[in-house]
Amino acid sequence: METVFDRPHALSDVVTNFCPGCTHGIITRLVAEVLDELGMEGKAVGVAPVGCSVMAYNFYECDMQEAAHGRAPAVATGIKRVHPENLVFTYQGDGDLAAIGTAETVHAAARSENITIIFVNNAIYGMTGGQMAPTSLVGQVTQTTPYGRKVEDQGYPIRMSEMLSTLEGSAYIERVAVDSVPNIRKAKAAIKKAFQCQLDKKGFSLVEVLSTCPTNWGKSPEEALDWLRENMMPQYPLGVYCDKLSKEGE
Amino acid sequence: MEKKVLMKGNEALAEAAMRSGCRHFFGYPITPQTELAAYMAKQMPKRGGTFLQAESEVAAINMVYGAAGAGARVMTSSSSPGISLKQEGISYIAGADLPCVIINIVRGGPGLGGIQPAQSDYFQATKGGGHGDYRLLVYAPSSVQEMADLVGVAFDKADTYRMPAMIMGDGMLGQMMEPVSFKEPIAPEDLPQKEWATCGTGMKRKKNIINSLYLTPDELEELNDARLKRYETILKDEVLFEEYQTEDAELIFVAYGTIARIVMSSVNTLREQGIKAGLIRPITLWPFPSEIINQRADSAKMFLTVEMSQGQMVEDVRLAVNGKKPVYFYGRNGGMVPEQEAIVEEAKKYLQK
Repeated sequence: METVFDRPHALSDVVTNFCPGCTHGIITRLVAEVLDELGMEGKAVGVAPVGCSVMAYNFYECDMQEAAHGRAPAVATGIKRVHPENLVFTYQGDGDLAAIGTAETVHAAARSENITIIFVNNAIYGMTGGQMAPTSLVGQVTQTTPYGRKVEDQGYPIRMSEMLSTLEGSAYIERVAVDSVPNIRKAKAAIKKAFQCQLDKKGFSLVEVLSTCPTNWGKSPEEALDWLRENMMPQYPLGVYCDKLSKEGE
Repeated sequence: MEKKVLMKGNEALAEAAMRSGCRHFFGYPITPQTELAAYMAKQMPKRGGTFLQAESEVAAINMVYGAAGAGARVMTSSSSPGISLKQEGISYIAGADLPCVIINIVRGGPGLGGIQPAQSDYFQATKGGGHGDYRLLVYAPSSVQEMADLVGVAFDKADTYRMPAMIMGDGMLGQMMEPVSFKEPIAPEDLPQKEWATCGTGMKRKKNIINSLYLTPDELEELNDARLKRYETILKDEVLFEEYQTEDAELIFVAYGTIARIVMSSVNTLREQGIKAGLIRPITLWPFPSEIINQRADSAKMFLTVEMSQGQMVEDVRLAVNGKKPVYFYGRNGGMVPEQEAIVEEAKKYLQK
């Protein structure tokens, strides 16, 4: 019998810490599929910082470094400057990347650090139990905004892809979602393009992936997908925000 | 050894680091260590290395973490408030068993403090600083030549024990010029191999993981205890100190860094006046030279610790003396430097008691 579906080689045969129905698992797998397809597992070094991705160093077969909360782009910078020929990527959540690690993110982009960031945006702190994230929507109920996020008190959510695309150092930035099969295919293509951007030495690349958190949103996996489509997508429109690869090809 | 050149302490640290095989430096501007970064910025590109001015001390130390985990000899430098910011990263570096060298050119504190020399970061350097059970190798040079020499030692020992090493100088040492000679540069192929580093598996070996997270308590304890074993070896094998006229001394000073040089002059003055004084100068602050201090406590009548702080190392001196003899303290802080005459007077005060 022909095998039509299997575990990517770059994906370790371990149990993940993700909750049932959460789309982190899909994104983790997509990265591994891309590593396989590019033949880069042996050259890759991943960085897994604090958050739901904190155990991600167990999920991949490539070399991995765990990082302090928010510091993954700095750690990745250190690795890349030592081994410029390696494929260096981080896998970060929204609390990690857009709150405590905003400075590291912005400056890695400004330096056009030749690394790739997989940015998982689920509008909440997942690992610590559902606190407000910088990406939480106005009105969103979380453990630390029990009456909903109020603009007067907590301000507005940050659109990181839009913000980073204003920097000259950014080479490739796209926002995708993993709510449906067509979008999952687009997400994989974006991750592949971002890695290719790094291999071509074009500079900083980031793929923002809209993801669900059924546990902390208090929804079933299916309701969570609907909530993502109805609430997150209008706030965080999908699309390519910066693409120096295509521009040069035109 | 090459011929001597006149150099600032901060520059000597940078030159010695590059000769020790350091090709990656990550820093953030702060007085009074600026010459170090400036020298690196000028020299690293010429020698095929990386100088990177980070967006913060926090980012810089995490770049050090990444580069150290990738197997490089890597350095960062800062001064007191900046070193405070680096503590999170230093704890992670220690927890992940990564070697690196951190320079602290100490200035007066707390808070923003001042920019004049001080030794008030002793507790931070030797008693943790960041969270968790961990140690740093802490070297305290007292001259520009010793700064240069200890950089090589720090890189070697950091690699040997897979842990961060700190060189703690004060603003005076960083800024002053003295003649210094350097060792021949180490060839890259002579640097220690790091089979644990993350540089890609090449599909030839199992993956390497750089990490300090262990959610199973017995696993974490086991790793911490293995590290403790290494620390115990260091306490036995890596203590460095200098003794000056201690054999017959009634009063033994304990002082490190620049202050030890001033104290040495005070010892000479006291000896000229017929008073038997001596000096023990710790060169490693951790591991602390407790054994020699305890031994000398059998013959000396008293100890006087002199520091540019309100009294930090004196606690370790008391632990070392362990009640055998009285241990006194004299210090200035906030950027003030104890003067030779004042130290002499202080010693006489206790001798007359």
